[in-house]
Amino acid sequence: MKPKAFDYLKVSSAEEAVVALAQGGEDARIIAGGLSLMPMLNFRLAEPSILIDISKVDSLNYIREADGHVEIGAATRQADLMRWDGLADKLPLVNAALPYVGHYQTRAKGTVCGSLSHADPSSELPLCLAVLEGEVDLQSTNGKRTIPADQFQTGMLSTAKQAGEMITAARYPTAKDGCGYAFTEMAQRRGDFAIVALAAIASAKSIKLGIGGVADRPTVREWDLLEGDALNNALNEFAWDLGGYDDIHATARYRRELVRRLGRRVIEEAKTCRS
Amino acid sequence: MSKLNKDARYPVTMTLNGEEVTGHAEPRMLLSDFLTHEIGITSCHVGCEHGVCGACTVIVDGTVMRGCLTLAVQADGTTVETAESLASKDGKLSELQLAFKKHHGLQCGYCTTGILMSLTAYLEENPKPTEEELRDMLSGHLCRCTGYVGIVKAVLDYCENSTE
Ligand code: FES
Ligand code: FES
Repeated sequence: MKPKAFDYLKVSSAEEAVVALAQGGEDARIIAGGLSLMPMLNFRLAEPSILIDISKVDSLNYIREADGHVEIGAATRQADLMRWDGLADKLPLVNAALPYVGHYQTRAKGTVCGSLSHADPSSELPLCLAVLEGEVDLQSTNGKRTIPADQFQTGMLSTAKQAGEMITAARYPTAKDGCGYAFTEMAQRRGDFAIVALAAIASAKSIKLGIGGVADRPTVREWDLLEGDALNNALNEFAWDLGGYDDIHATARYRRELVRRLGRRVIEEAKTCRS
Repeated sequence: MSKLNKDARYPVTMTLNGEEVTGHAEPRMLLSDFLTHEIGITSCHVGCEHGVCGACTVIVDGTVMRGCLTLAVQADGTTVETAESLASKDGKLSELQLAFKKHHGLQCGYCTTGILMSLTAYLEENPKPTEEELRDMLSGHLCRCTGYVGIVKAVLDYCENSTE
């Protein structure tokens, strides 16, 4: 289908964008890569009055390493992050997850922050942000605020971002010494929406597992270094707590089974790659 | 840039396959529709209009993108390449196209133009992909005819033997 008519404004700074957002009111939307928003427009699931295009805002297009995190601007494309020299070293979890994010053709234009903003429950980048305990910077004409990942995504396709606010950057904490990171997912085809996505961090004292695609947002659980049956029981409990649902791709039962089996596998993998 | 009004049409000028072209578009017009209906080229196929099938894939300023997820007004002032750019002016197919022909990499051809454009960008970054890498990249396209076997053979043959 074709989108409903909207006004269009290409801006050259975040400041310009938030002014336009404030003027545009409830129905104004930011567009960066458009990989999530454009399908919504074409389906008429979103009918904005105005699209504010930040894709050409140079000051939002950056990958910057600072104390303990990597900051990624709102106009930075997934492919740019994938090509970033420091990725494997600084963000091993994101490095492992990015090949699962969409396809070569969609990563070329899709942005990291756009994926966070869209907040699909099965998306990989929000899951990584949640497990790593990153944060998101928001800006409006009233000022700026920073929200931790666990408070950012509030449900299926919904976030703490208010009308008038835009994401300006996201911060992913860098890898810590002595920790191992692993990611895996199950999808119908590579690049399709995950049926279940799993991200694990193993340290010397604990294991942390994040699950996407089952509940309405990424869900994270942390345990002591469990082994054997204790780990199986913990995973089983986690799988049931997540709820899960039947859809055309998989049953709730199958999803729980994936959490149990792939959960175990991804945790073992994280343990073996502890540095 | 000033705001473009939803009810108005605006001139959009781009360098399309080496030639400057201009058409008109309302803000909501998709690049795929612009190329087809305003400019009149035939290679930007539309299969799904939500970014899944890849038939509409074109190259804008060196980046592959879905024509159906890009607005025509966003492509104003850019350089756009479509499958029309591949063969020479006298109609001689490129080596990649010939490889597709040789290996039955296409039947109806609907998906082919998009795949060729993806490959054009991809092989520049990764000129000798493994079969696995290639299949991973092709997962961004749906082909209902070939089962992909011929496509994979064509590309691997091309990468092996191309003189371009
Ligand atoms: S028509 Fe654009 S991806 Fe299918
Ligand atoms: S050749 Fe017909 S869809 Fe691919």
